[in-house]
Parts: sequence; structure tokens; C-alpha cells
Amino acid sequence: MARIAGVEYATVREIKGPLMIVENVTEVAYDELVEVETGTGEKRLGRVLEVGGGRAVVQVFEGTQGLSISDTRARFLGKTMELGVSEDMLGRVFDGLGRPIDGLPEPVAEEYRDINGDPINPNERDYPSDFIQTGISAIDCMNSLVRGQKLPIFSGAGLPHNLLAAQIARQATVPGKEEEFAVVFAAVGVQNDEARFFRRSLEDSGAISRSALFLNLADDPAVERVITPRVALTLAEYLAFEKDYHVLVIITDMTNYAESLREISAAREEVPGRKGYPGYMYTDLASIHERAGRIKGRKGSLTQMPILTMPSDDITHPIPDLTGYITEGQLVLSRDLYRKGIYPPLNVLMSLSRLMGPGIIAEKRTRVDHGEVSNQLYASYSRAVQLRALSEIVGKSGLSDIDLKYLEFGDLFEQRFLKQGYEENRTLDQSLDLAWEILSTLPESELTKIKEETLKKHYRKKLTTQS
Amino acid sequence: MPVRGRIIWVAGPAVRAEGMMGARMYETVYVGEEKLIGEIIKLTGDVAFIQVYENTSGLRPGEPVYGTGQPLTVALGPGLIGSIYDGVQRPLVSIAKAVGSFIKRGVHVPPIPLDKKWLFKPTVKKGQKVSAGDTLGIVEETPLIQHKVIVPPNSKGGEIVEIVDEGEYTVEETIAIVKTNIGEEQLKMYHRWPVRQPRPFRERLDPVVPLITGQRVLDTLFPMAKGGTGCIPGAFGTGKTVTLHQLAKWSDAKVILHIGCGERGNEESEILIKFPEMTDPYSGRPLMERTILIANTSNMPVAAREASIYTGVTIAEYYRDMGYDVLLVADSTSRWAEALREISGRLEELPAEEGYPSYLSSRLAEFYERAGRVKTLGNPERVGSVTIVGAVSPPGGDFTEPVTTHTLRFVRVFWALDPNLAYSRHYPAINWIQSYSAYVETVSRWWEENVDKEWFKLRHEFYQILRREDELLEIVRLLGPEALPDDEKLILDVARMIREGFLQQSAYDEVDSVCKPEKQVKMLKLYVKFYKLAAHALERGVQLKDIRAMKIIAELIRSKSTIPNERLELFNELEKKMEEEFRQLMVTVSSGVTVGGR
Repeated sequence: MARIAGVEYATVREIKGPLMIVENVTEVAYDELVEVETGTGEKRLGRVLEVGGGRAVVQVFEGTQGLSISDTRARFLGKTMELGVSEDMLGRVFDGLGRPIDGLPEPVAEEYRDINGDPINPNERDYPSDFIQTGISAIDCMNSLVRGQKLPIFSGAGLPHNLLAAQIARQATVPGKEEEFAVVFAAVGVQNDEARFFRRSLEDSGAISRSALFLNLADDPAVERVITPRVALTLAEYLAFEKDYHVLVIITDMTNYAESLREISAAREEVPGRKGYPGYMYTDLASIHERAGRIKGRKGSLTQMPILTMPSDDITHPIPDLTGYITEGQLVLSRDLYRKGIYPPLNVLMSLSRLMGPGIIAEKRTRVDHGEVSNQLYASYSRAVQLRALSEIVGKSGLSDIDLKYLEFGDLFEQRFLKQGYEENRTLDQSLDLAWEILSTLPESELTKIKEETLKKHYRKKLTTQS
Repeated sequence: MPVRGRIIWVAGPAVRAEGMMGARMYETVYVGEEKLIGEIIKLTGDVAFIQVYENTSGLRPGEPVYGTGQPLTVALGPGLIGSIYDGVQRPLVSIAKAVGSFIKRGVHVPPIPLDKKWLFKPTVKKGQKVSAGDTLGIVEETPLIQHKVIVPPNSKGGEIVEIVDEGEYTVEETIAIVKTNIGEEQLKMYHRWPVRQPRPFRERLDPVVPLITGQRVLDTLFPMAKGGTGCIPGAFGTGKTVTLHQLAKWSDAKVILHIGCGERGNEESEILIKFPEMTDPYSGRPLMERTILIANTSNMPVAAREASIYTGVTIAEYYRDMGYDVLLVADSTSRWAEALREISGRLEELPAEEGYPSYLSSRLAEFYERAGRVKTLGNPERVGSVTIVGAVSPPGGDFTEPVTTHTLRFVRVFWALDPNLAYSRHYPAINWIQSYSAYVETVSRWWEENVDKEWFKLRHEFYQILRREDELLEIVRLLGPEALPDDEKLILDVARMIREGFLQQSAYDEVDSVCKPEKQVKMLKLYVKFYKLAAHALERGVQLKDIRAMKIIAELIRSKSTIPNERLELFNELEKKMEEEFRQLMVTVSSGVTVGGR
């Protein structure tokens, strides 16, 4: 693509939805960046989605509103979309395409990078194994977050996912290590006050100077949303793999991203997959989420925490479903728990961290009893939940004594272990000890997921006799 | 003379080029000035539709397209084992050496090392007649794999006029010259084979030998046969990948092919980092010495994902032709089907269900048909097999979607993953009521001859406990457990023990991760015996609460991780202990210490 930039055309033939079709073009490349100039001289950006037969289909990021066939000009820039990156971008606020909106001058770029990135060679990946302590018991004990992981929050409209993500961003540490970390925050079609909340939360914790914010808000153009996560990740990759930062990327809300993707697909009249979402949505989402990880021989890491709101709280909806197949687990928020007044309302049974097993527990990077406690909590709590459903049908009288103990355990689990304050930062030791406290309300013989020697060390016999 | 055309249209991985008269379907082409690898998938007049195996950003109409006259092939020879390839057999290690940690496009690297010298030991002599499939000599590819250099299946065969002496050669050197009826043929240690064409064999054999996986719920309840086909569908988080990794680690196949088809990069890296450290339980050698990986992660080009399945199965057939048992695991075939759908959509083909092309089912059938236990071509006579296990990722965990339903028509083993089991961390989360294996009868003889005469009967009795539990749980759901009589409550209790102590198996526990057939049968017997003794005791008036309080129960459940494969005699002690505890229970009843009876 060694070509002089800027072939300009005034041959716009069709405008529909976010798309614009330019005719009689030559030398236009697939995925090329396009500068669109309206009749009033306003400039917008776009990219080529399809080219052939002298016709280029251009997606206009800032939307096609106000464009006219007669006076719109398209300049093909001879390159794919790039972002100038530098360490100075930390502490700054940008729009969804990476242009500063905090009133300060544009940072001097150290390097220009294609926003689509290149896939990490699987052979060059280092397996994520550094346990991140988030200070939240249900995550640390049962769904541990690991550096280089992509762990989404599956939420529902109105649930406190932002609160949780902000708490994680504030409290996340790797015990025993003091290293350079950074937060890259991408707002994708979220409301103004949500973005402000994150900003304030980063300011309050003093992390703002090590954060970069990319904001595409609800009133910004919808088509731009397919670009914002990629712009944010391009900076994150640069910081992680060139500048040795441990970067946490929070993207909220990926549901808006998928909606935009569907809008563009529909405008192109593509054959739809499930619920009208394009058939390539899995691949497209993967090209975002797979940008998390670690690389052999490089110090930094890129951890992703995307947030999405499940339409009608339905986890089988294509957006959470395809995401779950890509990410390394998921943290699922529950409306029932939220109504019970439990924060964080984590539905632990549906949540999962895939990197928890081999990455950190088998390697004994945390406490020796961590894995067994986690398995036992899962087994016991899931039994409690099943029995709770049963007791609603047959009444408590239909249950045996041991079943009743499980019901008590279930309540304790939710009220003591799961529930914690927004400011409460528990160490892993504290969380595990708390787990032992509630597990010890069950008879020792029920704890079959735990080895005898571990039980001997941690099981608290006194508690059983009390209850 | 290969053709040379010109790009006229680009959209994602699909490219149209004109001036392609004379090109063939499925011919490999190089696209654009950077020579990206592509394959022709449709021809109309002189216009060819090409799927490109690399990122097409920046490609523009007018750039050249070069034909090669060849279909997409893989190179088959020593050096495959231990490699990690992308979907079109480019070694990821070489790509990293060439362009660094991120994959760039337009990289051309040889699939197997061309300069490495291998010690070749000829097994044929000058003057001998050879035909397709005959072994020419042996190369020790790894300490585990004797690589048999064979006459390629498409060779005419004839008399050997020259064969090299034992010595070190590279794969590019000629090691034999064969006089065929159409002239002399130079043979090397490797040959190329088109990926979409199954390699020929002499005769199909019945799948009567089980593929031992070391996973209790699979081997005992739903066995896989060598040369068989199976699928493992499940919603996300139900443990498809962990189960497939367990198969790749512990199966008693000679060669393992693991295809990561549109899956997570970190999971590939887990295999790459763990396998060299882990040892094969059958030989004690590092697992990597028998493993070939194909990794086309979800963010790598989608067309190469489509090809990765064929690349993998062709390599698997090649080792089968040497007389080895090969296990191919594909994670996940749904991503492969989605790649088909994406390309089909770009070609504006008429879609069938959920946008998938109408040929989805025939493609799946063709793929699974490449499994089988066969008598191979050539001498000496060899039997080899390719077993295929494909993961399926049904949207929303719904098994009625097209990929799952079509796959089920072509596979004989169905390992159904159950989200509810996974939520309570019952792993492997294989639902024992929904799953099935058509090989139970065919492999039972092997079990009875090699492990235990009673296997089939034991397995049946064992399974009946679980089946009865399933029926009873329906009643419990309506009326509560207290509504059942004690003998039925006992079934629930024993089934719960079996779930925990037998069906659940921890992939991360050193002892429990692999369970050899002998241990499986020992455990099977103990649970069946426990049930019989307990039922008998109940009849004799022992109270259920006393049975529930038995010390042996927790010990029995833990035995999976406390008794290693090498110390099976401990199960006899456990059995004695169990008998003794039951005997004591009976004594208390008959002496009237407890007020017994019902």
C-alpha cells in the first residue's frame, strides 16, 4: 500500500443507514480509511467494507445524517485506520475514535498502529497464571481473575455492574507485587452519567493519571461503536506489550456494540444469523476479546473485563452466548439476589473462571486449600439452591435434618460470604477463612470435596455443635 | 501452465478474480502482490471466487492472482510430530521467527523442516517390487513414534532400482527410485496429499477395540471405539475443552491430533506449555512426542479455520496408514460450520437453516466418514485407525440447532454436556441419561477378555441404579424425598455416591485425572456391591439412617483420589472393610440393640 494518500471522489450514488456507496472508483482497497466531507465542509471518517466493479461500500463512523448525494465528497486515504499511541495518553480522555475531548492538545504519537491489531501467535502466548486479588470474596475464592484473562460481566438492565467493575478496577492487586498498572476504559454507547461515574471513581482512587478513557456515549453516532473498543485495545496492547504495563481494559456495554454490528449488517442486506445478528458475529467479537493475554518474554499483560447487559436477562441470547464461547468464563449478575439486597449480586453457580483451575490452583500460587474450598462451596451451595426450590413445593417438613442444614448454609453463604460492601476490600486469606466459617456449619462428613488432611487443619468443630 | 488473473472484488475473506479461465475448483492460488494464500471455491465463466486464508485488509481490485495448478495440500513426512500449525499447515514457530509475536500475513514457511537430517533405515532391497502403501524404511521421528516412510498412495509402484543405505538424509533428498510402467519415480521421505481427498486404504474393519480415555464416565458408561466417531456438544462453560484436553492427554492412541478450530488462544497456549511437561501414562515419555497441534484461534482468518479440519484429518490418515491408532479431537466443529456459513454468505448462496449453507450436512458427513479402523494399503500388513471426536458449541446450549442435529446423524457416540451439572461443578458434566454410545456391545468383548469377565453385566447393573434414580427424582420433584419408601431412598443415596465418587472426576487431581480400566472396574464392582449389601441389610431390618451413617461411604467416595492406579490391591482392603461394617450392622440388628424392622 505504498501509495500517495488522498484520491478524492464526488461520485456518491447511494446513502442508506450507516452506508454510503461511491461509484467509479479505482485503486480503492478493502478496509481502507475514508474521509467524508459534507457539503458544509464537516469531515467524518469511514472505511471500505466492500470494493469491486468500480464500486466501494463505505461505512461512515459518525453516521450519514445530513449527507447528500450531490455535494458529499469521499477521500480514500490509502491506509487502514490507525491510532497514534503513546504513554502520554494516560490521564487523558478521548472520543470513540481516539480524538482528545478534554480540551488538551493531541498527544504526540510515538507510533501509529492499525486499530484492528494482528492476532497474537498462539505459540507466543504465555499462559496466564498471576492471580489478581479483587478483594471480592465470591470472585477471589470461586471465580479468580488472572492477569491476561478476558472475564466479562453478564449483567441486566439496572443491575450494579458498573459499581462492581469500578470496585474491581480500584481494588485489583497481585499480592506481593508492585508493578506498573494502567486502566483503559472504553464506553460504548453508555449514558453520560455512567461514564461520569467511572471517571469519578478513577479520580477518587487516584488512578486517573494511569487511565485512558475512550468515550462513545449514548448520543454519539452508533456506527462509531464498532470502532471504539478497537481503538481502546490498540492503546492497551501498546502499553502492555511495548511499555510493560499491566493493563486492565473495561469495555461497557458490549450489547450496544453488537447492536451497531447488526445495524451495519442489515444495511448491507447480509444473510442474518440468529435474531438478525450477522453470521460472523462470533468471529467479530473474537477479534476484540482475543486481544487479551500475555506474550512470552514480555513483562506486561492485557486483562479484559467487558460488560454486557443481557437482553431480558436471557443468557442464551446471541450476545452473551457468543461472548461466553469466546471469553475465559463469565461473572453473571442475578436480579433475584439484587432484590434481596445483596451486593455484589453474583450468581456464582452460573459464573465461571476458566483460568482458575490449571493456571493458579494446580500450580499452588494461592493458598493450598483454595481449590478444594471453591469446589466444596460450589457443591454445597448448589445443593442448597436445589433444596430451596424443593422446599417451596413440599415445604420444610418434607426435608430431612441434613437438608435443613443445607438451607441454613445457603442463607449464610449469601448473607455472610457473598454480601460485602462497595468499599470492602477482603484479602484472599480473609475470604477463605470466611468460607471455612460457613462451611463448618455443615457436618464434616458432608464435605467430601475436601481432603481429610485439609479438613483437619481448617474445619471448625465447635460451630457444628452450636447450630 | 497455471493461470494468472486479476482481482475484481474484495469483501472480507472473499475475493473475486477475473481472467481465471483454466483454473480448477479447490486450486490453491496466491492472491495480490503479497501473495496471500487462497483457494478457489466457485467458478463462473472466467471469474473465480476465492476464499483467502489471510487477512485481506488493504487488498484492492486490479492486484494479480496467481494460480498454482495444485489443490490445497499438506506435506506428510517426518517432522510433523510435536509441531503446532495454523489451519493451512504453516508452523506457528516459524511464523514467529519470521515476523515476531503477532501473526502478519504473506508469510511463506515450509511445513516440515527441510534441512533437518533424519536417520533413515531402509527395509526394502534393490530389485524388490513395491506398490502404494509399502514401507520403504523407518525413521525414528520421536522416541515414541517410528515413522514409516511409505510409497505414496497415488504412486504406480514397481521395481526398486535404487534405495539409499542406512544414513542421515533430509526430507528433500531422494531415498529410492522406483521403475514404474510409465517411467522412473523418485521417492523422498515426504509426499504431498490434497486435504479434501480421503487417503485410500484396503479394507474397513469393525470398531471392536475401545479407545481407553482414562475417564470413567466415558470408558465405562459411554465407550469410544478406535476408529469411531463421537461428538461432545455443550453450552459454554460446560467443560468441552477440558474434556477434550483430557482425551488428548490420556487416550491410549499412538498419535494425537488436536485441532483448535476458532477457539481461545490461551487454551492453545495451555496445551503448548503443559504437554511438554506431562508424560504419556502408557510410555512415560513427554506427551508432546505423540501430539500434533493445529491452532487456528478465533481471531485468526476465518477461511483458514475452514481448512484446519481437513488439514488435521489428512495428517491423521497419514499416521493411520503407518498402522497407528490416531485420535483427532476438533474443538469446535461449530466454528468450522460458522466459517462455512460466513463464506457462503459472502458468495450470496441461498441459505438453509439459520443461515447455514445447504451443504452443511454433507460436509459434516464427509468429515466424520474419514474416521475408521482399517487395514491399510501396502506391505507389511498393518491395521490403523482414526478416531474423530468433535466438540459442538450449540448457541444457547440448544441441541436442536443445525450443527448439533446434523452431527448427531453421523456420529455413533454422543457425550451430552449438561449446564446444570456444570453449575454445581459436577465435572465432567456429561449427562448420563441423555448420552449414548453405539459401541457398548462391540467393545464389551475387549473388556471381558482383557479386564473383567463380568464387565457387561456389571455396567448394566450400575447403570440401572442411575436410571432408577432419574425416575425417582421425578417423584421427588413433586412430593419431596420423604414420600419415598426406604428402599427407593437407598437408590437415591447410592446414586448420589456414584455421582460424586465415580462420575465426577477431577482433571486437576494428580491421582484422579486418569483412571485406568482395571481401576474403573474395581470401583464399578464396589459401588454395585455396596448397593446390593445395603439393599440386603435394609431387607433384614437395618435402618436407613444407620446405613447413611456408615463410615465406609466417605471413604468409598474419596477412593478415586486416594487409591492410585498402581495400588489397586487397596480396593480389596476397602471391600473387606465394607463387608465388615455391613456385618456389624447386621449383628446389631439381630442382637436387637436397635429397634429395627419396618
